[in-house]
Amino acid sequence: MTVKHHPSEALLIAYAAGHLGEGLSLLVATHLTLCPHCRAAVAEAEAVGGAMMDTVAPVAMGADALSVLGRLDRPEAGAGAPPPVTRRRPASSPARAAPQGIALPAPLRGYVQDLSAARWQWVSPGVRQLDLMHRPKGRDTAKLLRIAPGRVLPEHGHTGLELTVVLQGSFTDEQGRFTRGDLAELDSDVNHQPIADSGEECICIIGTEAPLRFSGLVPRMVAPMLGF
Amino acid sequence: MMSVAVEGEALAELVRAVAERQDQTAFVALFEYFGPRVKGFLMRQGAIESEAEDLAQDVMLTVWRKAAQFDPGKAAVSTWIFTIARNRRIDVLRRERRPEPDAEDPMLVGEPEPSAEAHMATAQVQVRIRDAMATLPPEQAEVLTLSFYEDIPHSEIAERLGIPLGTVKSRLRLAFRKVRALVGEELA
Repeated sequence: MTVKHHPSEALLIAYAAGHLGEGLSLLVATHLTLCPHCRAAVAEAEAVGGAMMDTVAPVAMGADALSVLGRLDRPEAGAGAPPPVTRRRPASSPARAAPQGIALPAPLRGYVQDLSAARWQWVSPGVRQLDLMHRPKGRDTAKLLRIAPGRVLPEHGHTGLELTVVLQGSFTDEQGRFTRGDLAELDSDVNHQPIADSGEECICIIGTEAPLRFSGLVPRMVAPMLGF
Repeated sequence: MMSVAVEGEALAELVRAVAERQDQTAFVALFEYFGPRVKGFLMRQGAIESEAEDLAQDVMLTVWRKAAQFDPGKAAVSTWIFTIARNRRIDVLRRERRPEPDAEDPMLVGEPEPSAEAHMATAQVQVRIRDAMATLPPEQAEVLTLSFYEDIPHSEIAERLGIPLGTVKSRLRLAFRKVRALVGEELA
């Protein structure tokens, strides 16, 4: 498996800087799990952040700042120091097989454990979705989509950034063909219409910075169902 | 003044003293160096002073607790503390989670090039990154700096600078590639 479509440098930098919302960060973290090349790039962007931490204009701490010394308890024991870029989460559960035997990368397992037990919503013929975070409006979103072979996702544009990462199967849109691990990055005002183009169901995760808007009559009816 | 490379190694020694001996004197030295920098960084990102003060203390307390997790072969101290500050800020100020890849994940696709990650972020290399950043054309340095300091989408950075989003992204691409190339060159 070779990942062919990567996030832009701008997106990796925004992730390293901590300026992406949770939804888009989930998309990037999923890609990073499957792409060592981009993990190395994020580590380098973090080193740039470290250099900026070194050179930022310091602002004196309050006079009583060192009272923090009174709060020093025993440091945590250091069993096999985890690297800073991949902060260890509390015991992640083992990879569980989803319906088609698809194993979920660890970042996603924080949001969904079992794809077959999840409550998928009907979107359009052959397309179902699973909302991964129930967010107040105005925040970014992340959803899993299952698209039956040969089916098309309703055409849509969006006001902010839209990211898609393929977990299983493949889709094709104006930018090319995307398979497992590939990340599609679309800026606002790009309309696209991905089509699941292999013999198996396409499972992907899609995240948006701001609400999607659909074009065309049927998609306009579909949009509220997608809840974008 | 110490050279920055020596300074970086000295900082790593301090973290080790905290990890191995719970050395409070070493911690005070780290606190005095990084506390004001973390606070300045947070304020540069838009936090008000009292917020930045509290969060900087929280970050330094995390440094105390997690000192044993610091790996000097992986990252410079300033990079490690940058990631702690970033994560605490997301947790405390934005009240969100930060999804990250998990090094223990059986799904993790392995490292084909150990060189980049293993060598890039050490104390000495941090100095090279600073040098490399100093050689960037001003318009590239500007977008790179704003990308770290300003917690706004790149589209807003574009609006603020009065340039198209595509230009922001291409300047970032050029800046980041140049930093990576300069550091890689010197390592080779």
